[in-house]
Amino acid sequence: MSMNAPGLTEDQRNQAFSEYVGDESKVEPKDWMPEAYRKSLVRQISQHAHSEIIGMYPEGNWLTRAPSLRRKVALLAKVQDEAGHGMYLYSAVETLGVSRDDLFDDLLSGKAKYSSIFNYPTLTWADIGAVGWLVDSAAIINQVPLCRCSYGPYARAMVKICKEESFHQRQGFEIMNTMAKGTDAQHRMAQDALNRWWWPSVMMFGPPDNESKHSAQSMAWKIKRHSNDDLRQRYVDVMVPQAEFMGLTIPDPDIKWNEERGHYDYGDIDWTEFKQVMAGHGQCNKQRIETRQAAHENGRWVRDAALAYAEKKAARKAASKVAAE
Amino acid sequence: MAKNDWPLFEVFIRSKQGLDHRHVGSVHAIDAEMALTNARDLYTRRGEGVSIWVVASNDIVASNPEESGTFFDPAEDKAYRHPTFYEVPDDVEFL
Ligand SMILES: [Fe+2]
Ligand SMILES: [Fe+2]
Repeated sequence: MSMNAPGLTEDQRNQAFSEYVGDESKVEPKDWMPEAYRKSLVRQISQHAHSEIIGMYPEGNWLTRAPSLRRKVALLAKVQDEAGHGMYLYSAVETLGVSRDDLFDDLLSGKAKYSSIFNYPTLTWADIGAVGWLVDSAAIINQVPLCRCSYGPYARAMVKICKEESFHQRQGFEIMNTMAKGTDAQHRMAQDALNRWWWPSVMMFGPPDNESKHSAQSMAWKIKRHSNDDLRQRYVDVMVPQAEFMGLTIPDPDIKWNEERGHYDYGDIDWTEFKQVMAGHGQCNKQRIETRQAAHENGRWVRDAALAYAEKKAARKAASKVAAE
Repeated sequence: MAKNDWPLFEVFIRSKQGLDHRHVGSVHAIDAEMALTNARDLYTRRGEGVSIWVVASNDIVASNPEESGTFFDPAEDKAYRHPTFYEVPDDVEFL
């Protein structure tokens, strides 16, 4: 029985829906869905979209000071991609019946949540390497399983995004590797950036499984595929050898290969810091929102001009139609 | 004016000559002309398209999932429209 079939009770629809997503079938915008599923997706996709938008600021900070034209065009293209990712995701979340303007308002007012990682400052050029390498690598590990998410528009947006992330990660690695193998001073900068970005990156996978309040339901609905801790473990396993290759040291003395588990062990995470940043007390929370607000305000004349132009064109068209009659 | 409420346009892209246009997502724009350039900037940053269609989302007429049972029913019991319905001896070629 389909959850869309006419005349079903709420319970029957819920039951049919669980079976439907359980069978790996995809849900499309006009299908019947439980209100909690819709809300959960709106929350997740809009937070994801906001993260892409705010994610432009730490890197945008270095656009005018990139050390070469090659680095500058690459970084510019990456930051543009992040804007694009935000747009793909706003487009996906709008299919769930929310308006993009309302989502923008939530971000501008500081009400909306976004990834905690973007509330840390980019202090030196090496931070741009660290962000591309550490943060985009974490994003890829988070995002690849979302390409199979049960909600069609979200899954399709993620496919487009994942294709683009690979260049982001590589350009970050290239910067990091160049600096790590450069002069002593450059190597120190790379190590310093890794020291500051490592733990916030590890926290990007969210709270530990026993504290993650949305996880179990998201897994049952096939929105989420792997637990936070499983994804985090995968991240550590991928990143440790890459850091070693560059001759950099991950700032966690407990990192050690565990033969028995077939994974790297790692140290305890300071979740109070994570909670502080999520609660708005990170180093850059205030600055990020203010920058976003200023960008929105400074773009106002462009939006007004576009509207005036469209109205003028429409009026001319109407006038010439009258003249022709 | 705090809000734009610019209309939504669905975007379809032909990735290369010889293929159909395919739905890729949507953009907001003040009019169709702006929707085309927005769609170009958003969906073809790496040469993903040779042609773009945009259409106001409100102008799309769609079938209703609640009625898909009856709506698509006429085709459901017509197995004889498929080649597998027909019996063909194993030793006959090119069928
Ligand atoms: Fe992104
Ligand atoms: Fe990225």
